[in-house]
Amino acid sequence: MRNLNDIFIITRRQILLLVRVPEVLIFSTIQPVMFVLLFRFVFGGSIDTGQPGGYVQLLMPGIFVQTVAFTLAGTASGLAEDMKKGLIDRFRSLPISRSALIIGRTLGDSLLNIVVLTVMGITGYIVGWRPTGGTGNMLLGFLFLLLFGYALSWVGVLVGLSAKDARVVQNVSFIVTFPLTFLSNAFAPTTGMPRALQYFAEWNPVSTMVAGCRSLFGLETEFGATAGSFPSEYPLITSLVYMVLVMAIFIPLSVRKYARAAN
Amino acid sequence: MKSIIAEDLVKTYSKGEVRALDHLSLDVEEGTVLGVLGPNGAGKTTTVRILATLLKPDSGRAMVGGIDVIKHPEKVREVIGLSGQYAAVDEILTGWDNLVMFGQLYHLGKKQAIARAEELLEQFSLTESARRPIKTYSGGMRRRLDLAASLIVKPKVLFLDEPTTGLDPRGRQEMWGVIQELVKGGVTLLLTTQYLEEADQLADEIAVIDHGKVIARGTSDALKKQVGGERLQIVVDHSHIAKTMEIVTRVSKNPATLDEGMRLISAPVSTGSAALIEALRELDGAGIHPLDVSLKRPSLDDVFMSLTGHAAEEVKEEAKK
Repeated sequence: MRNLNDIFIITRRQILLLVRVPEVLIFSTIQPVMFVLLFRFVFGGSIDTGQPGGYVQLLMPGIFVQTVAFTLAGTASGLAEDMKKGLIDRFRSLPISRSALIIGRTLGDSLLNIVVLTVMGITGYIVGWRPTGGTGNMLLGFLFLLLFGYALSWVGVLVGLSAKDARVVQNVSFIVTFPLTFLSNAFAPTTGMPRALQYFAEWNPVSTMVAGCRSLFGLETEFGATAGSFPSEYPLITSLVYMVLVMAIFIPLSVRKYARAAN
Repeated sequence: MKSIIAEDLVKTYSKGEVRALDHLSLDVEEGTVLGVLGPNGAGKTTTVRILATLLKPDSGRAMVGGIDVIKHPEKVREVIGLSGQYAAVDEILTGWDNLVMFGQLYHLGKKQAIARAEELLEQFSLTESARRPIKTYSGGMRRRLDLAASLIVKPKVLFLDEPTTGLDPRGRQEMWGVIQELVKGGVTLLLTTQYLEEADQLADEIAVIDHGKVIARGTSDALKKQVGGERLQIVVDHSHIAKTMEIVTRVSKNPATLDEGMRLISAPVSTGSAALIEALRELDGAGIHPLDVSLKRPSLDDVFMSLTGHAAEEVKEEAKK
């Protein structure tokens, strides 16, 4: 109980930070909204998807996944900042469990994702996105997205606690997340990629997430995935396995790192 | 009873290449203040981090408030307060936000956390700025808030790691006042500092550390005695230097030294003010009117110099990680 309460207080701190500096919330929403609009109107006109409703139907799941993938960077740079300021030392000298601080932070970052995804969904709707899989499936899709963000948030914890400088963290996280999101089926068909990259793209968790969300949002065709392979046949199960794996590896590593974090 | 005991602490970094603590031992009597004095890289912060459960030593033993630091760190955390070299508070949040949050993390109920926050803000003269983000605070205000955050549950043992480093003289004076008030309340305090004056002002006892070891320990007076007695210092006009040197040497029975630039003549004396009066009489008799006269007790700077062979400030910052 005490532990839950500690987590809640840390999560509330994350929210309070957004309330005190609303610019953070505004800008972390503007960026994905901008992506939606740019991709919709720049590429949307030139990519023929053979899909009713056009490119935006395929695009939205891709952008959702990309956006939640950047949770990694957000968590990482936030923690690196706390390390630098000595806040981590203060938290570690408090009679709270070692995991409360990082669980609270990862949950707080997920709450931010809820807000961002909602705004993006509304923007998508305005520019023509129409999920057709039913409300239940759509909510399940968003749940998957939140879980994906949450899993990556734990990778961010390790990155943030390992690096000594918040700017480095930002760069490292981008170097990790950018290729992952672009070497996938998120924005363009993978069929045009060289063979080796196609293979990578097919197993890329971003692709399986995107494919999974597309099916939950009512799309029938995958975007360039080779039919027949396991990840393209069972994108949701594959995604779930990835997320469980990431958490199984990174939660213990992060908690251990935090307990030993030195300045 | 001893509130803090450290025995034979060893801590190395970079696979043993950097020896931050080299069999360091110290103890602090309940309700007293120990000043841990040493240059940058001497091992002060490492000592505090081990005692405050943030770092595990390679070997050695430590007890805080009667609890084993290595075996029961979570129990130690219930009885200590820690305030570090930099203000470890959330800069974006307000002073009030910070104190209430930390109060809740100390498991005060919400109401109690708020009441305690307001009490502390009042005590540290921060009530007016309570609703402003910390980043708008001055350095001194931040340190006071940081100190307040470490006092939320009225800790039995308080660690202050260089509480005034980086503050301007006024901020430092204020901080000293605050710390002196706290000590009256009976807390056991371990304070690290590189300012000799600070240890002199605040500590009952001083442990001088260098290269991860305690090299001397005692009251400020005892340490100063170790270096020797007082010095008579006289500043005169250029024209009177030679004659004054002669007089001071005679009074002191030791050869006087001269700082040419300052026109300062000085020599050790064993009879204190008697020597001062005698010197002044002789100077007056010779028609010399000194510009400045003083009887200087050795400073802790002198202590440090004589113990370590180097001045406290000269040491370059070593890798403290």
